[in-house]
Amino acid sequence: MQKLFFIILLNFLLINKSYALIEVDITRGNLDPLPIAVSPLHVDIKSEDFEGIRIKELGENISEIIENNFRATGLFSPLKKEAFVQKPDIAHLKPRFEDWRLIKAQALITGKILIKDEKLKVEFRLWDLAATKEMTALAFTTTPSNWRRVAHIISDKIYERLTGEEGYFDTRIIYVAESGPKNQRVKKLAIMDQDGADTKYLTLGNELVLTPRFNPTNQMVTYMSYFRNMPRVYLLDIETGTQEVVGNFPGMTFAPRFSPDGKKIVMSFAKDGNSDIYTMNIETRVVERITDHSSIDTSPSFSPDGKFIAFNSDRSGLQQIYVMRSDGSGVKRITFGSGIYGTPVWSPRGDLIAFTKMRKGKFYIGVMRTDGTGERLLTENFYQEAPSWSPNGRVIVFYRETKAGLKGEGFTAKLWSIDITGYNERQLKTETDASDPSWSSLLSK
Amino acid sequence: MIKSLIYSITFHSVMILLTVLSLPFMLREPIDLPPIVSVELIQISDKTNIPFAPKARKIIEDTKKKEIERLVSEQAPPSAKAKEKPDRIPLPNEKKEKKKIVKKKQNPEEVKPEIRQSSEFEKKEIIDTNQIAALIDKAKEEEFVKQKKTDNITQSSKKNSFATGLTLSEEDALRAQIFGCWSVPLGLPYDENLLVRIKLQLKKDGTIMKSEILDHMRMNRPGQKFYKVLAESALRAVRLCQPLKVPPTGYDKWKEIQLNFNPTEMLRG
Repeated sequence: MQKLFFIILLNFLLINKSYALIEVDITRGNLDPLPIAVSPLHVDIKSEDFEGIRIKELGENISEIIENNFRATGLFSPLKKEAFVQKPDIAHLKPRFEDWRLIKAQALITGKILIKDEKLKVEFRLWDLAATKEMTALAFTTTPSNWRRVAHIISDKIYERLTGEEGYFDTRIIYVAESGPKNQRVKKLAIMDQDGADTKYLTLGNELVLTPRFNPTNQMVTYMSYFRNMPRVYLLDIETGTQEVVGNFPGMTFAPRFSPDGKKIVMSFAKDGNSDIYTMNIETRVVERITDHSSIDTSPSFSPDGKFIAFNSDRSGLQQIYVMRSDGSGVKRITFGSGIYGTPVWSPRGDLIAFTKMRKGKFYIGVMRTDGTGERLLTENFYQEAPSWSPNGRVIVFYRETKAGLKGEGFTAKLWSIDITGYNERQLKTETDASDPSWSSLLSK
Repeated sequence: MIKSLIYSITFHSVMILLTVLSLPFMLREPIDLPPIVSVELIQISDKTNIPFAPKARKIIEDTKKKEIERLVSEQAPPSAKAKEKPDRIPLPNEKKEKKKIVKKKQNPEEVKPEIRQSSEFEKKEIIDTNQIAALIDKAKEEEFVKQKKTDNITQSSKKNSFATGLTLSEEDALRAQIFGCWSVPLGLPYDENLLVRIKLQLKKDGTIMKSEILDHMRMNRPGQKFYKVLAESALRAVRLCQPLKVPPTGYDKWKEIQLNFNPTEMLRG
């Protein structure tokens, strides 16, 4: 019995000795880009050269593309290679974490390449240097000429692992390449990788081309072209290069855009002098009228679930953005700010709408929620428009023109990108002047 | 058999009773927190010059007597300089005051008018300081009484403050250290719950023995990829920061610590 009481007493003492768990709230941190080390990919000694690809340089070239991709996001800061202590081959097997931490890196990318039997094999590993462990590792086999895409795919995988969001590097941007003086512009359809490499021209420039738009599900493009001063809507398959006319439409036709399932095109054209919104089924070519209003309705854009369409209309006097169901019912005005709103584009994530706003002679690119609240203007300039979303809904690409002199001199048009936070505004590299960009979905999806 | 059963039942019921009784006590501890403020008040009052007050009062009284002895006229006009004098009188400057008085004695003719000028003010101020000193004394007494009254409470609250947490400065030091190490991932969604709770077991030198994400189940849920990224960034911050800036004493209270990472405010702000 005494023992029992002793135990009870001991229990009591223990209870009194136990401390409540200390909690500390951490509500702030560093918003600087994450320091990341991209070690050059180690080239396997058994590799053979392949059709002009210098295998010895390939490892470095791939790591350079990865590095540039990460730098362009503004979320990561790749460290200088001169500071690296460990050799690529050893680092790929098992990095000495202390050495990499010493140069303040928080993540490390290593890899190995091998070309054999006309096949390129690339493997990579992503290391968490603080936790001293491997975060992800993958290997790809492809034809050696695809090495650029492999670099982009690796970037996507790493981006996804480090941010939790899908990447956008293995994508392309189609745009209108412009050249010549302002009053005699030659406009060609051009396509390039999102990093500006590998530009191809898809039309000759005999006819005026406008508003190319990617199909969100595959590599098809719809665009407008004037053939003998008649606007035509074209469909172009980028992989095969085949082109077809979807239809001749009367009067002013604007901005055809795909539905999220890629089966319809939504556009506006003027019938009897009044612009309204129509959809057309690509297979059956059946045209359906969506809006019927005496005002000018243009620039339609589907929500990613296909249930709603955002468009602009001047039915309230000034041009504003409206949202309706995809059958044309339930039209609701969502912008009420001062100025003119246009070119609404629904984000692929579905949470935001990007738009162009004109106010007091300035052009703004902005985003807002789909009900019109939370408007944020990301960038202001003399003239800029045509926002297009990266497939992960994180970055917007648009084009910006500079003011021309009296004779059209000094006029340029360039593509720019900006993060939806309003940070990291960058000019994209293009061979010529460029306008009307449209961002593709991931190629490797 | 029956005996042992009875023993067992009584023992169990006693245990249950004890836990039921002891649990509310444990729960009550954090509620007792407010008195911590009074503990801090005492610390502040310790830093002030209250202990010198009785001495100061004596000195003031002495100077008063001396001045009365000198038969200073009360009609002397006040001047701007005089204002400085009362400031010099306050309690800790006893020695200086004495020296001044000595000086006055050395040059009575020259200094007299000054003394006359200041005297009126000094008198008033002296009374004031006395009053203040008295007030402070009173306050001290009251506090002392209070302290006596609430002695048990404050003592227990003292215990509580040690048991439940680090001091504010200790907590701030730790927080500031982790702020510097934490690279917040920038692709986070705005409208999601971004709280990551990490429980740490620490060694005495502040290095980490064990770290555990408390809501780790959430990491593998669909649509919560960002959470994994966020949790990893928090873990990375803790690891980069180690050894953590922990107080040199009281290992028992901080050997286990929970860090609540939440970047919501920062991202919205």
